[in-house]
Amino acid sequence: MGQTIIEKILSSHSGQQVHANEIVVAKVDFVMGQDGTSPLAIRAFEDMGGKEVFDREKVAFVIDHSAPSPIEGVSALHKLMREFTRSKGFKMYDIGEGVCHQLIPESGKVGPGSLVIGADSHTCTYGALNAFSTGVGSTDLAGGLISGHLWFKVPETIKFVLNGVLPKGVYAKDLILYLIGDITADGATYMSAEYTGEAVSALSIEGRFTMSNMAIEMGAKAGLMEADEKTFKWLSRYTDKVFTPASADPDAVYAQVRNYDVSKLEPQIAKPHRVDNVCPISEVLGTPIQQAVLGTCTNGRIEDLRIAAELLKGKRIHDDVRFIVAPASKTIYLDAMNEGIIQTLVEAGAAVVTPGCGPCVGTHNGVPSDGENVISTANRNFKGRMGNSNASIYLASPATVAASALLGKIADPRDFIR
Amino acid sequence: MNLKGNAWKFGNDIDTDVIIPARYLNTSDPKELASHCMEDSDPDFSNKISAGDVMVAGKNFGCGSSREHAPIAIKEVGISCVIAKTFARIFYRNAFNIGLPIFESSEAAEDIDEGDQVIVDIELGEIRNVTKNRVYKATQVPPFMQQIISAGGLINYVSERVKKDGNL
Repeated sequence: MGQTIIEKILSSHSGQQVHANEIVVAKVDFVMGQDGTSPLAIRAFEDMGGKEVFDREKVAFVIDHSAPSPIEGVSALHKLMREFTRSKGFKMYDIGEGVCHQLIPESGKVGPGSLVIGADSHTCTYGALNAFSTGVGSTDLAGGLISGHLWFKVPETIKFVLNGVLPKGVYAKDLILYLIGDITADGATYMSAEYTGEAVSALSIEGRFTMSNMAIEMGAKAGLMEADEKTFKWLSRYTDKVFTPASADPDAVYAQVRNYDVSKLEPQIAKPHRVDNVCPISEVLGTPIQQAVLGTCTNGRIEDLRIAAELLKGKRIHDDVRFIVAPASKTIYLDAMNEGIIQTLVEAGAAVVTPGCGPCVGTHNGVPSDGENVISTANRNFKGRMGNSNASIYLASPATVAASALLGKIADPRDFIR
Repeated sequence: MNLKGNAWKFGNDIDTDVIIPARYLNTSDPKELASHCMEDSDPDFSNKISAGDVMVAGKNFGCGSSREHAPIAIKEVGISCVIAKTFARIFYRNAFNIGLPIFESSEAAEDIDEGDQVIVDIELGEIRNVTKNRVYKATQVPPFMQQIISAGGLINYVSERVKKDGNL
């Protein structure tokens, strides 16, 4: 019987041929924690009697959720993480380095065929590089830190076949929002998503990260793609390590195969307060907005900043809008400075904040007020997500966010793209 | 072992940001987390709960973040178990790991009303609605996961096994 991508990766990491619904203990190639989840994992590590991490080169903590610390309680947790990583001798990315889901791919330590766990639900992002990476809680993280292994139920797979060419002004973000709206927020629970087809091949690695990142928003355990020349070219900037890609067999067994033609897709918006509450932009055009956010592990990459800068060059955002920009990593921040993107955005009225998760997760750096509308490139619009349960969040592509910042209301980026 | 309490009813897609907003992840203290449990949905929730009460919800309970603070807050506030149509994957695993009993039953999730008195037999996965005099069956879980719940979480489960057998 043929295997899906995830069945292949779980087979190679458990030393046996496995198929959906089996339970296996698998070796992990990398273990990551962030500042929201690592403190509890440190406690669990100690409660379990942990002495050392299984491999110092395969473990990292990242301070990104509140970076730099906005409050004493968080400062204490950050200190705990610094002391723990120093005493165990493994890597910690401190404030200013960026968002974990950009830093781990940039570390060059994960790639095609890797198995990664991270104590953050958007760990599924690295599926864009053909890695099975998935989010776990702090107790599982502690077990992974100590043993380098974790048990998994081999998930069934839903295959998304995406054909056609995305129209101008329509991006990977619009596509993934559309898919989530179609399958719903729990349509892929306990399952793995495989994205394939010419529309996926045509995407940049940045666009692919966006698609894999949001697999969790349909309940999926992973959002996987096959590796191709673009994957290896992207990785070559960060590592010369050789990876073993995993591709699906022609006779692999799928729980569902869903076919889509992307050539007529419009920009999409996820309306408050659910990620699967998705509509074409035409339904919400003109909705006033007070804050626009460009960044996050979904859309804070160089291509995203470039798209916004092209749209805003020589223009000035609306007077009633705060425009917050958070590059996803220091590397991206520097690249964006070198390209003049940061200058363009700041001249247009953007407030650039430290690379990190703050605005998206509501810890700091842009908590909206009661009754305000925010348009954001993030991945979640849950009630209270940005720190105020009386605000409303609309999710969109970087182009839509930039166009909306310009007009002070939800605006169609296709009106600005030549 | 039986759990007994009154039902608190919730809808579909109760996410982890509602269960415990990220602004409160500035502490790992279970009591502090419990005091903000479900705050954005009902600011008075943590005061209304009597020890042993049961949360009953629709599908996809616990969707969103991987924060283990969510099941910890629910457990610490005094909720003895959560019954839902379905659970999101990471929450499901986290709940077992920290020893919060959870049960999947569409029938129970639909039939139980707010305030109904409920008794749950953990081993049998049997949910009894005392108020309505009805019994529902929860989806079976593998025996080792049952043992994790009975031990009060993964850490206790592992240390009990180590004490008993000298290994895992």
